[in-house]
Amino acid sequence: MEGATQRFYLKKLNKLEGVYKIARQCTIENNSILLNGEKCFTVEGVSFSEFAKAAYKHFEMDYPKFFKMDNLSKLAFLVSEIILKDIVKSEEELDIALVFANRSSSLDTDVKYQASIADKTSYFPSPAVFVYTLPNICIGEISIRYQLKTENAFFVFDTFPAEFFKNYTESLLTTGKTEKVLCGWTEYFQETYKAVVYLVGEKGTIEHNKQNINTLYNN
Amino acid sequence: MDALKQELKSKIIEVLNLEDVTVADINDDDALFGDGLGLDSIDALELIVLMDKNYGIKLTDPKEGKTIFQSIATMAAYIDANRTK
Amino acid sequence: MKKSVYITYTNCVTPLGFDLESNWIALQNGHSGIESHADVGLLDSFFASIIPNDKIDEAFAAVAQDENFTKLEKMLILAMKPLVEKHPVTSKSVFVFSTTKGNISLLGKENVSVEAAQLSVLAWKISRYFGFATEPIVVSNACVSGVLALAVAKRMLQADIYDSAFVVAGDEVSEFVLSGFNSFQAMSEEPCKPYDAKRNGVTLGEAAAAAYLTVNESEVQPNHFKILGDGAVNDANHISGPSRTGEGLVRSIQSALKEAQRKAETIDYISAHGTATVYNDEMEAIAFNRLSLQQVPVNSLKGYYGHTLGASGLLETVLGMESARRNQLIVSKGYAASGVTQPINVITANENRKIDCFLKTASGFGGCNTAVLFEKVK
Repeated sequence: MEGATQRFYLKKLNKLEGVYKIARQCTIENNSILLNGEKCFTVEGVSFSEFAKAAYKHFEMDYPKFFKMDNLSKLAFLVSEIILKDIVKSEEELDIALVFANRSSSLDTDVKYQASIADKTSYFPSPAVFVYTLPNICIGEISIRYQLKTENAFFVFDTFPAEFFKNYTESLLTTGKTEKVLCGWTEYFQETYKAVVYLVGEKGTIEHNKQNINTLYNN
Repeated sequence: MDALKQELKSKIIEVLNLEDVTVADINDDDALFGDGLGLDSIDALELIVLMDKNYGIKLTDPKEGKTIFQSIATMAAYIDANRTK
Repeated sequence: MKKSVYITYTNCVTPLGFDLESNWIALQNGHSGIESHADVGLLDSFFASIIPNDKIDEAFAAVAQDENFTKLEKMLILAMKPLVEKHPVTSKSVFVFSTTKGNISLLGKENVSVEAAQLSVLAWKISRYFGFATEPIVVSNACVSGVLALAVAKRMLQADIYDSAFVVAGDEVSEFVLSGFNSFQAMSEEPCKPYDAKRNGVTLGEAAAAAYLTVNESEVQPNHFKILGDGAVNDANHISGPSRTGEGLVRSIQSALKEAQRKAETIDYISAHGTATVYNDEMEAIAFNRLSLQQVPVNSLKGYYGHTLGASGLLETVLGMESARRNQLIVSKGYAASGVTQPINVITANENRKIDCFLKTASGFGGCNTAVLFEKVK
C-alpha cells in the first residue's frame, strides 16, 4: 500500500481511533514533577512529605487542608493541581470526571492506622487517619478542590492499566456521562510512589490510544 | 492553667496538622470552629481522641463536645476539672 | 445503538443464609443477622451481623478441599461458585471485584507480610481459582463499591470489551473497621434503625454477593433484569460528611434516568442506602424529595444485614431483584417513626406490589454516590 491509498486508510483509522485526545499530562516520581514531559519542579534527597510541602509552596497552592491529607491524597492532589490550575479560571462548573487507579489502594495509611490499634494498653484509633483508609478519598479531595460534581471511580490493578483506562474513559465520554476525564495512576506505599495523570477530551495534542497512554507511564 | 493552655495549643497544632499556625497565633478565647481556626467535624472527633489520650477524659456525646471545644479557654477549664491523668 | 446488558443470575452469602433462597425466606420472616457481640479490640460489646467461622468453614469444606483461604475468600468463592457452574468462564469473561478493605485483618496477624493484604492479591487469588483469562478489575470506592461495580461491568460490556461479567462483592467485619467507625462515634448502641427518629448510627455487617452479567440475548428470560442506566457522581462537599443538599445523589439518579430515557414516575421501588446515621438518612430524604420520589416505596436492608460496606450495594441489588421478581416489598427493618425532615415512603409492612422497575442507590465516604436503574424482563 502506498501513496494516496495509504493516506486514505490512515485518515480513516484516525477518524475511528482518534476521536479523543490527551490535552495535558503530569508525572510525579523521584521527587520531581514533569508537566507535559518537561521537568518543572524537583527537590533532591528529602522524604515524600517534605517534597510535597515544598511543591505546595512552590506552586502557591494556598489550601491549608492539604496538610491534613495522607500521602496518597497529597500525591493525587498535587498531580491534579498541576494539570487543572491553569484550566480553572472562572466560577463556571467543570464537567471533568475522575478515573483513578493504583496498586496499593490505601495500604500505606492502613498500616499506619493498624499501628494505632495494635497495642491494647495504648489504643487510640484516630478518626483523621481512619478516613484515609479508603483509596477513593483522594478523588474526593480533588472533587472538593475543583467542585467537580462529576462521575468518579477508583480502581485497583497490579500494574498500570493503560487498556482499561482507555476503555473506561472512552465509555464515559461516548455515552455523554462527562465532557472530559482526568485519568491516571496514583501509587503510594511507604515512600515508593509514582503518579501519572492526564486529561482527556475532544481537544488535545496526543492521540488517546493504548500505546500513547503506556508511553506517558513509561517515559 | 496558663501552662495547660499553652500545652493544648501546641498539641492541637500538632494533631490537627495546622500548617503555618503557631502557638502565638491562637488566642485563648478564639473560636476553634467556624470562623476561628476553621476546624471541621473530623477535627472535632480528633479532639475527642486528644482528650482521652492525654487527659483520660472520655467524651461520648458529640453535643457535649460543642460546648467544651468552643475555645482553648473552655477546653482548658473542662480538662482542669475532669482530668484523670 | 448500544448493546443491552442483563443480569441473569445472582447469589449471596450472609449470616441469614448461604444462598439467595434462604436469604429471601429470612427477610420474609423478618429475621436479622444482627446480634450482640463482645470483646473485639477495646469494644466490650457491640452489635454486628457476623457469619460464624465454623459455619463458613463447614460450607466451604463441602465444596472444596483446599484450606488455604481466608474467611473472606471462602465467602467470595461460595457466593460465586453457583454462577460459574451455570455460566462457564470464557476468554471474554471479566471478573469485577468490589471490596473496601479486603483481607485487612491479615495486617494484625504475626508472620504475615503486609503485601498479603493488597486488594489485587486477593482479586487474583479468586480470579485464578475460577480460571479467568482476563485481568480482574477491582472497584474500591468506599460504600458505593458494590453497586458501582455493576455499573462498571455494564459499561465495559457495552464498550464491547467483554461478553460476560462476573461481579462479586465482599467485605468482612474486622477490628480495623469496627474501631474506625467507633472512633467516628458512628456506631449504634442498638441494632441500626434506618430513617427512624431514634436512629443513632451504623451497625456493621459482613457478606458476599455475586451477579452474572451478559450481553447475549439468548441467555435472557423473563424475570431477568436489564440495567437501564447508571450514574456515580461526587458531592464535592466533604470527605466524610454527606452533602446537606444531596447534590451528588440527585445527579447520580438523574444521570441514570437520562440514560434510561425514563421519568422518575416509572420507578416502582427504591432500595436505598439507609445507614442509619443522622446525616446520611437525612441527605437521602432530601435527594428523593428533590426528584419527587417521596411517594415511591423505599427500604434500607441494613436492619437485616448491617452495613456490609463494599458488599452492601451488590447484596441489596440482588435482594431488590428478588423483591421485583416476586413482586413483594420488604419491610425496612428497624423503622417505626420518621426521623427525617422530608417525607419519604418507608415500607412498614411486607406487601404484594407490582415492581417492574427499581432503583438502587448508595453513598459513601469521599463524597461518592451511585444510582443504578433496573427493569424486569417481561
